[in-house]
Amino acid sequence: MFEYAPAPESRSVVDLKPSYGLFVDGKFVDPADGGSFKSINPASEEVLAEVAEGGAQDVDRAVRAARKAYEKVWGPMSGRDRAKYLFRIARIIQERSRELAVLESLDNGKPIRESRDVDLPLVAAHFFYYAGWADKLPHAGFGSNPRPLGVAAQVIPWNFPLLMLAWKIAPALAAGNTVVLKPAETTPLTALLFAEICQQADLPAGVVNIVTGAGETGRALVEHDGVDKVAFTGSTDVGRAIARAVAGSRKKLTLELGGKAANIVFDDAPVDQAVEGIVNGIFFNQGHVCCAGSRLLIQESVAEQVLESLKRRMAQLRLGDPLDKNTDIGAINSAAQLSRIRELTAAGAAEGAQQWSPPCELPERGFWFAPTIFTGVTQAHRIAREEIFGPVLSVLTFRTPAEAVEKANNTPYGLSAGIWTEKGSRILWMADRLRAGVVWANTFNKFDPTSPFGGYKESGYGREGGRHGLEAYLNV
Amino acid sequence: MTATATSARSDLSELGRSETALRTFLHGLPGVDQVGAEQRAAQLGTRSIKTTAKAEAIDLAIRMVDLTTLEGADTPGKVRALAAKALRPSPADPSCPHVGAVCVYPSMVPHVAEVLRGSAVHLASVATSFPSGQAPLEIKLADTRAAVEAGADEIDMVINRGAFLAGRYAEVYDEIVATKEACRDAHLKVILETGELATYDNVRRASWLAMLAGADFIKTSTGKVPVAATLPVTLVMLEAVRDFRAATGRQVGVKPAGGIKTTKDAIKYLVMVNETVGPDWLHPDWFRFGASSLLNDLLMQRTKLTTGVYAGPDYFTLD
Repeated sequence: MFEYAPAPESRSVVDLKPSYGLFVDGKFVDPADGGSFKSINPASEEVLAEVAEGGAQDVDRAVRAARKAYEKVWGPMSGRDRAKYLFRIARIIQERSRELAVLESLDNGKPIRESRDVDLPLVAAHFFYYAGWADKLPHAGFGSNPRPLGVAAQVIPWNFPLLMLAWKIAPALAAGNTVVLKPAETTPLTALLFAEICQQADLPAGVVNIVTGAGETGRALVEHDGVDKVAFTGSTDVGRAIARAVAGSRKKLTLELGGKAANIVFDDAPVDQAVEGIVNGIFFNQGHVCCAGSRLLIQESVAEQVLESLKRRMAQLRLGDPLDKNTDIGAINSAAQLSRIRELTAAGAAEGAQQWSPPCELPERGFWFAPTIFTGVTQAHRIAREEIFGPVLSVLTFRTPAEAVEKANNTPYGLSAGIWTEKGSRILWMADRLRAGVVWANTFNKFDPTSPFGGYKESGYGREGGRHGLEAYLNV
Repeated sequence: MTATATSARSDLSELGRSETALRTFLHGLPGVDQVGAEQRAAQLGTRSIKTTAKAEAIDLAIRMVDLTTLEGADTPGKVRALAAKALRPSPADPSCPHVGAVCVYPSMVPHVAEVLRGSAVHLASVATSFPSGQAPLEIKLADTRAAVEAGADEIDMVINRGAFLAGRYAEVYDEIVATKEACRDAHLKVILETGELATYDNVRRASWLAMLAGADFIKTSTGKVPVAATLPVTLVMLEAVRDFRAATGRQVGVKPAGGIKTTKDAIKYLVMVNETVGPDWLHPDWFRFGASSLLNDLLMQRTKLTTGVYAGPDYFTLD
């Protein structure tokens, strides 16, 4: 046997303070009522830092600071000068990427391999990409002189804390808006380190404000009268509540919500790579991915063979310490999310689907869930309809391309889909018919700042990334 | 995709009897997506192998080296020195294992055999008009028989790439079968020369063709064309031996050769073996490195692990 010795990434690159205030108007400040909460490491339940809980007064202060910065500094600034700041931020992110990656893994539970090789390179790439647009907005296709909206309220989830921050802040700033961002309550730390990076880059005070807190803080932010734009990534339920809250106001809204993506494997698929794509589709980031390929649709004639290969591959997945460089599957982000995953998998078993996981020892402390597949799932099962947001795959079969399309589209969601076949014409035929914002062919969970991302139906509206992503932050 | 899973075990041995059956089978193998295969190989390359795991990997890699010299300038003196190094790679350190085999041209086999006699180090000889294979079959077979008679217990043959690329699969198959017969008890390694096959689909087909014809090992390259062993090519070949064993019950070895120069590279290959085909292949009987300069880098890293410091290149023998 070839046992890999522990290969932990060093924590010493991260200099965590015991407590953090809110980042308002270029400075860290105490919240008005002094409330705070703890952010923990989900792999060990160890407390990492105390973080301020922003209330309505704090949100008001942050929005005012953003308004002032918008009117006095950032709005009037030339695109070329805004670009300088964004390029500077992008370079600092690259220089401090190891530190950011370690902190992301500590706070979120995701494996360092992913935060190092996926999250951080994409974060920097997003800032570089939108920095390039800042002085070229007249050529983006939104008129000769598109104007920014003003102050953007941005609420982001815990699954890709820093990457979602980049998706929100980079286009907003490039287009000339200022922002108040609320990171998720379980993963606020990289956003606070990003605030330090804004200071390091000499970004003018008030252009970026970070207000930490939970649902109430987010509600106060999106409902604030001084906000011109609301951008939210998270659950469909909260997205609906936000849509109701901003209805009838001047606020422009983009929502990026849940998904239940179909990953469709045809009988002529390159099977070894398809299996890699299935694994990457559902077990990447512990399945905490809104566009995860959580419904596997396999052509029935090859279902047995693909499943056998998939199980063999799953047995190779290494679950454990997120900071170990050889870990493939890290910790579930929170106790609440773990119980949601447990509830839905219990429903899957109770409804008669067959549950399988490879032999997998779970650490005693922290929040963990073994990679799991359910076979014998039908469209009528809850696990085929509801977003589990965990490392749980529901396997269904189909007979014909038309049936694959029908089943893939038979969901209230429509964020992403995957197609595996060696036949190019079938890829195009399928892509025309799948109602999903992103359709991957012979790959899955590939992201690029130049490519727009967003949903159909209850997966939300508006696009992030690419030229299209600018539209959400321009008055067009 | 279904070809491997649904064929009964006994069916496969009949495939070589008909050009049509062979072609239908090989073209029915699942395709390889180039981007996906390269991505998987790169991902496996990010595994971090440290401390005890690294020490074990280095010793295993040393035992898997086919210490090779294949030059027009090879002389009896040169190959004897190489054979001596194969037996005792690190003269001052008895805990250092010997390599898997010495690999030379047929004319050099008798000189190496004298040195290796009575040891556990295998003696491999390239044959069949290595490296191009462009000679009449009778000459290739005579080449093989001569090497075996001179004492080689492993034969590294080259496939007829011209015939393969022209789609004459039966011709390639028949040559391998004939060479296997000429090998008698010697193990047959079949060199696909993947750098000339160009696509991963071709690599998968050639791998199956060689295994169907009786190869004991499939080997990537001669080391004589610009593109030699790569991680993705080896990945595709490992998947082929894994699927072949599942289909037929027979285990076939894999030998990447050419261009593997550092311990870091070698460990990437071992990780790939471990996570693609598993521990059954993590043995010199089933996985080899065709290499020459790799050995000294392995020895240097081995010394570094035991002593904590790097020794200069003069502390490692050059042969």
